[in-house]
Amino acid sequence: MRVVLAEDHALLREGLTRLLELHGFEVVAAVADGPALADALDAHRPDVAVVDVRLPPTFTDEGLRAAIAARTATPGLPVLVLSQYVEQLYARELLADGRGGVGYLLKDRVSDVAAFAAAVRQVADGGTAMDPEVIAQLLVRHDRDVPVASLTPREREVLALMAEGRSNAAIAARLFVTEKAVSKHTNNIFMRLGLPPSADDNRRVLAVIAYLEGAAAPREA
Amino acid sequence: MVATGRRDLVSTDLASRMRPLRRALALTCYGVVGAALFVAAVTSLALVLVWVGLPLVVACARALRPLADAHRRIAGDVLGEPVPSAYLRVTETGFVARPLAVARDPSVWRDLVWLGVNSTVGVLLAAGAVLEAACGLVLWWLPESYLLRWDANLIRAMLAPDDRARLAARVQALTLSRAETVDTQAAELRRIERDLHDGAQARLVSVAMALGLAEEELVRDPEHARRLLVEARAGTGQALAEMRDLVRGIHPPVLADRGLVGALEALALSSPVPVELDTRLESAPSAPVESAAYFAVAEGLANVIKHAGASRVAIGVVAEGGWLTLRVADDGRGGADPDAGTGLRGIERRLAAFDGSLRVESPSGGPTVLTMELPCASS
Repeated sequence: MRVVLAEDHALLREGLTRLLELHGFEVVAAVADGPALADALDAHRPDVAVVDVRLPPTFTDEGLRAAIAARTATPGLPVLVLSQYVEQLYARELLADGRGGVGYLLKDRVSDVAAFAAAVRQVADGGTAMDPEVIAQLLVRHDRDVPVASLTPREREVLALMAEGRSNAAIAARLFVTEKAVSKHTNNIFMRLGLPPSADDNRRVLAVIAYLEGAAAPREA
Repeated sequence: MVATGRRDLVSTDLASRMRPLRRALALTCYGVVGAALFVAAVTSLALVLVWVGLPLVVACARALRPLADAHRRIAGDVLGEPVPSAYLRVTETGFVARPLAVARDPSVWRDLVWLGVNSTVGVLLAAGAVLEAACGLVLWWLPESYLLRWDANLIRAMLAPDDRARLAARVQALTLSRAETVDTQAAELRRIERDLHDGAQARLVSVAMALGLAEEELVRDPEHARRLLVEARAGTGQALAEMRDLVRGIHPPVLADRGLVGALEALALSSPVPVELDTRLESAPSAPVESAAYFAVAEGLANVIKHAGASRVAIGVVAEGGWLTLRVADDGRGGADPDAGTGLRGIERRLAAFDGSLRVESPSGGPTVLTMELPCASS
């Protein structure tokens, strides 16, 4: 699996390269700023891009903007965005195009090496990997008039784990229930969010988007 | 012309025709009190020579202020525009220091001169105005009270602060706000130092220790080494989380990334109470103003979440004519008091550093509206 990596700190860039290569990824380019990232994505067409939010030359959200621009140019290009902090606002922007293949994780998560490698793989396969912090930010809201509010607490729990990018089997193990029970929950979630039957993967992504949007959807929508 | 004027006067209700009389009466009563106070003040000034006068002077100055303010209010009502005041704030408390500080305020001396004039000419004018207003009540076609207006003009001429008083008050306000800003900054730096020292630094030390031990144990007891490594990893996670919170408190990264509007959007998204955000900024204010504005709104929103029991919040940001106006309005229970909580005082301090101001309207039962204004030159 071919990866383009964008990270401006040399130490972290080397560390991430090593980590990814140890887990069977091929890092075809490791760059240090926004313009170089755009060039590398164009030249290498990787299976997944791992991008730091804050990059030179602006040292603001350059990486995020580059990632979104790259996904506009190459729809569905899998991108995993890493950051020292997470903002729900950025999660929404990343997911706004309604396609999967998006990850948004705190840099802290690289310490669990195996889980991090799994998240990269998941994003490359078109899934989502939202940081638990993003999910936690969503859970503090008590808006009543959005579709997500109609879910039961258990269904919300399942949806939160889905947003983190977990499979039904993983969710079942986490919640100590059978996989069949989880799939019943997910079907209920799809139904309540009004998601039409389609490939399960796509519906999972749409449910996560509904989740992120639902917690902050404009009222007239 | 005369005919319509007369009809208007006839049609006005009794209460509005009573108003000049009420005002003239009040001015007369206050004037008599003032005359007594004038005698007392002059006597105490003379007594300063034998020390007992000092506290008397302070007492007179204290009594003079509300009396002058009452005159300013009535004159302002008569003239249709408020008569401002500009006293210096007295912070000294000593037996000698306080009277000296009071004596340094030019406004106090102006008040005293006015009191002398008001006790003679002013009282006569006011008494005349009472007669005039009483006649006006019966003979309603007479034009409005002249004497009351003259008295009001006299009060304005003598009690509105002159340039010197205005500047003195301005210098004092700036000095105080600068001192407060410096204090706040020093306290903030101390807090950051303490947070780093007790938080992230201590955690990193324990991580380093766990790693050192793991290195030693690697050969002898790999299982123990593995446990130590897991512990070290958890430690780094906690250190990172603590530093993240600290950084958010200093300068939220999203503010650096997206400016005020983006940062407020992010703030609105993460609020447990639904927020309607309305921003009208043509260009970004300077970074320090953005930061002050962001923290002021964030603090206002935090207050709403903690205390108001509101079901929604409206945040408005408008830049117009060199002023940035921030508004945080909620439909909660109201009763917010800037003097009771530290939150609103904190906002005031933050804004004062930029010459900004905070206005709180929060009747018991709500709604609460915070209006914050600060000058902004666009960068």
